[in-house]
Formats: sequence, structure tokens, C-alpha cells
Amino acid sequence: MNVTVKLFAQARDLAGTSQANLSLNEEQSVKEMLASLIDKYPALSQIQGNLLVAVNNEYVSSESLIPANAEIACFPPVSGG
Amino acid sequence: MTVKLIDTPIDYHAVTESVRDHRAGAVVLFLGTVREFTNDQQTTALDYDAYPEMANAKMQELIDEARDRWPIIHAVIEHRIGHLELGEVCVAVAVSSPHRKDAFHAGQFLIDELKVRVPIWKKENWIDGQTEWVHPASEKSSSPPPPA
Repeated sequence: MNVTVKLFAQARDLAGTSQANLSLNEEQSVKEMLASLIDKYPALSQIQGNLLVAVNNEYVSSESLIPANAEIACFPPVSGG
Repeated sequence: MTVKLIDTPIDYHAVTESVRDHRAGAVVLFLGTVREFTNDQQTTALDYDAYPEMANAKMQELIDEARDRWPIIHAVIEHRIGHLELGEVCVAVAVSSPHRKDAFHAGQFLIDELKVRVPIWKKENWIDGQTEWVHPASEKSSSPPPPA
């Protein structure tokens, strides 16, 4: 399946894009999605251990599966306020 | 609206007025402002970026959680995005409750959790012209809570 991953802050700057289009197999985990993302945008490896993933506006763990037709976002730890 | 991201100056007087109520004996307002020095590094400005849909959802979730814990009458969070100069207000949190303790506790909860959970990021503009995204996890801050 094709997924679009929204990127923010330093993740967007390192990747050089605000949206990454990835082709994933069905039933892939967040960890596997991140591996595909970093494979496509190797500069993201600089913050690899810090990347957070949200699916449909909720934080998900690295073992969660990526659902079809979900809104996916990837970003570094937040620093608002 | 009880939560808002805005790219123009926060009207914190209006934010405060919006939580005032005859049922309240206490109104607490917290303002986060752009600080010049972080240890010995000098800031000239900050740039804020946000994931708007999720940031709004998470700010509303925080208010809902605060309402479950304290007898809040009104609560409002406004966060600025874009380019902010020294001293400008980046976030306003206003809470009203019948008594002051609950307003203080709820206000502290809202700003503390905002800084951990709400997808907003700041980029430092240092005086030497360098810029740097702020990364709490590479320092010492906590991660967001695990999914429910």
C-alpha cells in the first residue's frame, strides 16, 4: 500500500520535504515504516532514535501496525511552550 | 474556541476575559514568553512550527483531562506559531475555577503537559546567526505517554 507520511520540524528539514510517499507491504509495523522512511531519506538517521510517529493524531509505539488509509506523521520530540 | 493556534500576537487580555465568570472565584493566567538567554547562549528570536490538526486535538484532550481532575469553569489555551521576537508571548493558558488552588493546579498541568504532548516545535535563532531546533529528548525531558 502507498502511504503519505507528514514530516515536521527537523524531520522535515532533514528530509527536505514535508510529505514522504512510501510504498509499504500490508501489516507493516511503525518500526518497519520508519526503516523505509530513513532508507528513502538517509539524513533522517541523524535523529533516528528520537523520531515519534502519530497515526490519526495519536502517538503510536514502534510495534504498532500501520493501518490502511490512516493519516501518518513523523517528527522529533515536541518543544512547544 | 477553547484551543487555538494563531500566527498573530496573542491577545492575552481577551484570553483572560474569556474565562472570567461569576461562578469563578479564581482566574489563573500563564504566559510563556520568548527568553533571551538559555544558559550562556543568546537568543534573538524563535520560530514555532506545529502539526495543526494533532496540536488542536491534543490541546483539547488536555483540557478534557483537566476538567476530569479539577472543577474548572472555563479553560483556554492559545499557542502562537511562526516567527516571534524576544519577549513576545508564545503561549497563553487561562483557567477559572471556584477556588484558587484548583485554578493553579489545572493551569500548571495544562502547560506542563502541553510541553510534553502537543506537537509544536521551536527553533532557536542564536545571536551568531545559527539556527537550531530544540530537542527535549536529546537533553533530559520525558517522552509523550504511550498510547492508551
